[in-house]
Amino acid sequence: MSDTLSNTLTAPLTDKPVGTLTLLGLESSCDDTAAAIVRHSPGDPPVILSSVVAGQTELHAAYGGVVPEIAARAHTEKLDICVEQALERAGLTLKDLDGISVTAGPGLIGGVLAGVMCAKGLSAATGLPFVGVNHLAGHALTPRLTDQLPFPYLMLLVSGGHCQFLIVHGFDDFKRLGGTIDDAPGEAFDKSARLLGLPQPGGPAVEAAAEQGDKKRFRLPRPLLDRPGCDMSFSGLKTALLRTRDKVIAENGGLTRTDRNDLCAGFQAAVCDVLAEKSRRALAQYMELNPPRPTIAVAGGVAANTPIRAALETVAAEFGADFLAPPLALCTDNAAMIAWVGIEHFRAGHRDDQTLSARPRWPLDNSSPAMLGSGKKGAKA
Amino acid sequence: MLARSPLRLQLPDPGTTQRLATAFATLFEPGDTLLLEGSVGSGKTAFCRAFIQARLASAGRMEDVPSPTFTLVQTYDDGLCDIWHADLYRLLDPNEALELGLEEAFDDAICLVEWPDRLGDALPRGALHAHLEQGAEDDSRILTLRWDDAKWQKLASATAGLCQTGQIAQVGDD
Repeated sequence: MSDTLSNTLTAPLTDKPVGTLTLLGLESSCDDTAAAIVRHSPGDPPVILSSVVAGQTELHAAYGGVVPEIAARAHTEKLDICVEQALERAGLTLKDLDGISVTAGPGLIGGVLAGVMCAKGLSAATGLPFVGVNHLAGHALTPRLTDQLPFPYLMLLVSGGHCQFLIVHGFDDFKRLGGTIDDAPGEAFDKSARLLGLPQPGGPAVEAAAEQGDKKRFRLPRPLLDRPGCDMSFSGLKTALLRTRDKVIAENGGLTRTDRNDLCAGFQAAVCDVLAEKSRRALAQYMELNPPRPTIAVAGGVAANTPIRAALETVAAEFGADFLAPPLALCTDNAAMIAWVGIEHFRAGHRDDQTLSARPRWPLDNSSPAMLGSGKKGAKA
Repeated sequence: MLARSPLRLQLPDPGTTQRLATAFATLFEPGDTLLLEGSVGSGKTAFCRAFIQARLASAGRMEDVPSPTFTLVQTYDDGLCDIWHADLYRLLDPNEALELGLEEAFDDAICLVEWPDRLGDALPRGALHAHLEQGAEDDSRILTLRWDDAKWQKLASATAGLCQTGQIAQVGDD
């Protein structure tokens, strides 16, 4: 507990263990507004003292007829309530905090600004230091919050809006191996559900229907599987599903429950195959690093899909790597992950000041070349 | 109200759609807006992706252009101006679109807006209206363009060039 000597010299006289950090996390970059408090003492696992998410839609995959809470005003109002609740549930006051961590991007400018302004206001009023962090880093570092996973590990971030493979070398050091060149799988699930008249959120609806279906009846494409690398494409899969549906309707005059289940099973099998094969390629690259605790971790709402999890587990086993999926509440958008990223930054001495600005665009890894829609790397001829 | 004779173009395959989007990309100026309608799978995002990547490429830049369905808006900078790629499908109320900051973007960015019906009466004036639909073949699409601002007349000559080389075909006037 008292292993950080430098801190003992300057630590204030409190009953808190030396080196302990208690941070408030704020998240408002997309649909949800969230606040959480995480405490960490060096050598001990971090503790989530509270985590409040307002406006959360089930499984985060909600889409179609679900109004997103995008208004900056709504975020601002909810942030205040979330902070109050987070403090109350943790049994703390602002005085008990060591700092604030806030999502500064990427995301919708209004929402991100609401969070950043809230952090600045709290800081100005209390004197607490704060740091602006990357929302995607929050997801990518969640395995360290939940399982104290050592670097480097492989992360598959797969949700409604994101799909990418990252090697996480450090809390601020990410190598992107590849990602979707068009839609994310969560979006493909939701749109497929809509095309088949299934309820939203589409992920659980398609999974439930697929369970009853025959995945071999409709062979849907596995986009980009024939190309090397870890890039993925799911937009064409959705279109292929649409065509197959229309063909069945044209031939039989309608869509039976069995047709729908079989279409869902065929679709889900294609997503599983693509994610499994691309994970295989990502793992091959990652294993070359001889990581001390080889692990592929997932984050994002799509990680809730049972067959996808099973496929990833199988692939991990092929490489002698562990498969790690944090609890779903920490896979989807939340502020505990933001507080944790803040703790990692605080430990490295990072702080921001009142000049912190929102960054609507903020890729985790700027070094990897972008993919063009055609799947070819590099500038168009 | 809108253009008296809309332009209807037959696009036989995704490559042609991409070439047309690339050609259009050079004709847009800051403050121009494309309102793009069409059902799921009609190729709206693919069209926007080709458009954005063409503008970025001519500035020597390269970037992923992911679907904005979940994020609602993705913004890009081509060196000359910002490009806003918005997907309003998830919105129910025009006020929400304005909360995104679209109104200001209409003034000085290039805006590509999917599901523009969510804007209600808040459509920007002088915008180019486009509609994508499935063609006769699986991969083919029909693109209908309408406008009331004479500045878009330049699209007619640009597409005429592609028609002459046989890459696309005009499918009659309405």
